Amino acid sequence: MKDTRKKSADSDASQVADSVANCGAVSGANYTDNYTNIDALEKKALDFIASVDDAIQNQSFSPKERLAIPLQEMPTRNPLERSRQMCEVAIGFTESMAILEANRCLQCKNQPCVAACPVHVPIPQFIAKTAQGAFKEAVDIIKMTNLLPAVCGRVCPQELQCQSVCTVGKSLKDIDKAVGIGRLERFVADWERERNLITIPEVKPETGKKVAVVGSGPAGLTLAADVRREGHSVTIFEAFHKMGGVMVYGIPEFRLPKAIVAKEIEMLKEMGVQFRTNYLVGRTGTLGQLLKEEGFDAAFIGSGAGLPKFLNIPGENLIGVFSANEYLTRANLMKAYKEFAATPFYQAGHVLVVGGGNVAMDAARMALRLGAKKVSLVYRRTRDEMPARKEEVDHAEEEGVVFRFLENPTRILGDEEGRVVSMEVLSYELGEADESGRRSPVPIEDSEHLIDCDAVIIALGNNSNPLMAQTTPGLDVDLRGQIIADAEGKTSLPAVWAGGDIVLGAATVILAMGEGRKAAASMNTYLASI
Amino acid sequence: MHKILEKKQLSADVFYFKVDASDIVRNRKAGQFVLVQIDTEFGERIPLTIADASKEEGWIVLVFQAVGASTLKLSQKNKGDFIPAILGPLGKPTKIEKMGTVVCVGGGIGVAPLYPIVQAHKAVGNKVIVIMGARTKDLLIFEDEMRSLADELFVVTDDGSAGKKALVTEPLKEICERNEKPQEVVAIGPPIMMKFCSETTRPFAIHTLVSLNTIMIDGTGMCGGCRVTVGGETKFVCVDGPEFDGHLVDFDNMILRMKSYKKQESEDMHICRMEAAAEVLDKKART
Repeated sequence: MKDTRKKSADSDASQVADSVANCGAVSGANYTDNYTNIDALEKKALDFIASVDDAIQNQSFSPKERLAIPLQEMPTRNPLERSRQMCEVAIGFTESMAILEANRCLQCKNQPCVAACPVHVPIPQFIAKTAQGAFKEAVDIIKMTNLLPAVCGRVCPQELQCQSVCTVGKSLKDIDKAVGIGRLERFVADWERERNLITIPEVKPETGKKVAVVGSGPAGLTLAADVRREGHSVTIFEAFHKMGGVMVYGIPEFRLPKAIVAKEIEMLKEMGVQFRTNYLVGRTGTLGQLLKEEGFDAAFIGSGAGLPKFLNIPGENLIGVFSANEYLTRANLMKAYKEFAATPFYQAGHVLVVGGGNVAMDAARMALRLGAKKVSLVYRRTRDEMPARKEEVDHAEEEGVVFRFLENPTRILGDEEGRVVSMEVLSYELGEADESGRRSPVPIEDSEHLIDCDAVIIALGNNSNPLMAQTTPGLDVDLRGQIIADAEGKTSLPAVWAGGDIVLGAATVILAMGEGRKAAASMNTYLASI
Repeated sequence: MHKILEKKQLSADVFYFKVDASDIVRNRKAGQFVLVQIDTEFGERIPLTIADASKEEGWIVLVFQAVGASTLKLSQKNKGDFIPAILGPLGKPTKIEKMGTVVCVGGGIGVAPLYPIVQAHKAVGNKVIVIMGARTKDLLIFEDEMRSLADELFVVTDDGSAGKKALVTEPLKEICERNEKPQEVVAIGPPIMMKFCSETTRPFAIHTLVSLNTIMIDGTGMCGGCRVTVGGETKFVCVDGPEFDGHLVDFDNMILRMKSYKKQESEDMHICRMEAAAEVLDKKART
């Protein structure tokens, strides 16, 4: 089994050739205190398997015995090495870890995890197959409702969804000890891809009906797959030169290798979904033109989050102040970190990141990888209130990101050339809980102080992009500019659905996929009726 | 993929490309721009203005100065070659309506994007006065085109090698002082020229539009790299512009921001110029 792991690591390397150029060995010499490398984790798993081999073979565990199986930690690269490398931080389970973790599932009858999944993956069913080592069958079960398992297994906030209601976690009175559903999902998806076993979902005979999808992010891709399966022709319009939306421009390589996204998109291509890059719906052609002049019978708007929010404080337009969107896009999509890439990135010694969400963590960790000597993250509340996933916060901290809590910027100062030299912040303390249930930060008077820095990255979320609303008469948006859609994703316009961040505001990949799935069901019913 | 239908060299480092772009001309209007990428793996996305277009024939004209690594590479392409990616048309079109007299001021390469705006104002029946300027005679572009359209044409050069030896602000001020004031001024050129044009018209309270060409990545509002301060507010050139009220734009901040990557760029250029020189030597060696 150890050999399998090695092979899979090698094959990962070839799949993700783009990212491994500067990656060191999986295990290194200088471990940090609480870091356990993959070899040690694998040995532990093998030792345990040896002690329960028969029960695994015969699937004869009692629930009590299942609860006694130790949780399998996700193997990661050594923080001391990885913080300067673009390659993926989480390495993924070995086969033995996956089998052991899958055997922790109690296969409960009521399946709370399925109800808590935005796309209702048949979780106990795929885990049962995984527990038996039938990995291909397992991944095929996932793909009945989720065509992007390698992506979702990596970036879904499982601890807030399926794993938050897991009976194992509840029985052990620790939600962190729930079955590692996401890790298993990732494992079987990687296992299939690395062995070139991906099967293309069946597509029904052509219906002759045409669907336009605006944006190639998770919402659009999910809808495209579901609608294409019914035999309708689907064209996805993307403004960038690469498909994948936030999965290619926003989420960094070290968390979601771009080669994996490309592979999942490749599958849609093989299903016959058509892609048009460098096409901005609303400008190149309007939605109305697509529907009226180009013969599309229905459309889905999944154009994603829009314009980055800024702080509206003095100095925000100095050189060296970036939105997280810009900072991450330069690195992820434009590959600014490569020697031969034409897009430059801003070199800085001390980078300050403002914000406490997942995007802030991504930006902070990216800054380390782009050569910053020090990265500090400024957040106006405390660790407990941070909206970022715990795993991302932990990874950022392990890699050396410094957290500065209870501070909020008041202005940014520059030198005579307009380059950032410091940021002034005000100190805060925590007051009463606000409507979100989080204790709200209260400024401490006269507590302004300066933090020296060379760059500031603002990661405070996005306002919606006005383009679709401006160029599509009759498309209703709310006060924040988000498209109004009903429970099925229908907009105010006939034959037009919408979903993802353009409807929800900034959310997650899986929520966007859930929206795409819902809209696809409604759209398929509509298309069958016309 | 967009085929280059025609290539002309307008001056030492200014190039004219007529490019097949049937999708882009469909909705394109005066004042809009495109993002061009010559390598969809590692190339940057560079904003270029549209200098002319034909909806019937499905082409656009790009006029650009080979000043950076990417524009230099673009300039090395020839008729029949392809540009892998062009996104557009982007930005809000120029607001064109019958208003009386419009003064269009173009500096250097800024004369090219001004040309469609002059065309559009003429088409709705406005009187158009064109002022075009350049450092020297060889850098004047689109002079014949402008001459055939403009009701009045002023040509100025810094060294007096063509037209009057003056800055564009000189004739602009004279026009503003006329009894019959123009209703609008449109100024496109280097930021410093647009700044001084705006300062020239400010005392006369003549509405002045400037077209900004800042650093961009996506061109759709997502990155905010193109942001400028206009009337104390942060605006995005790609979705709120590219045209803004020149009396409200913070040009000093914009000029600073455009130098964000100057150091890296000049290093790149150094390599590229050397590469170009090496290629020339290589060609010579082979013939």
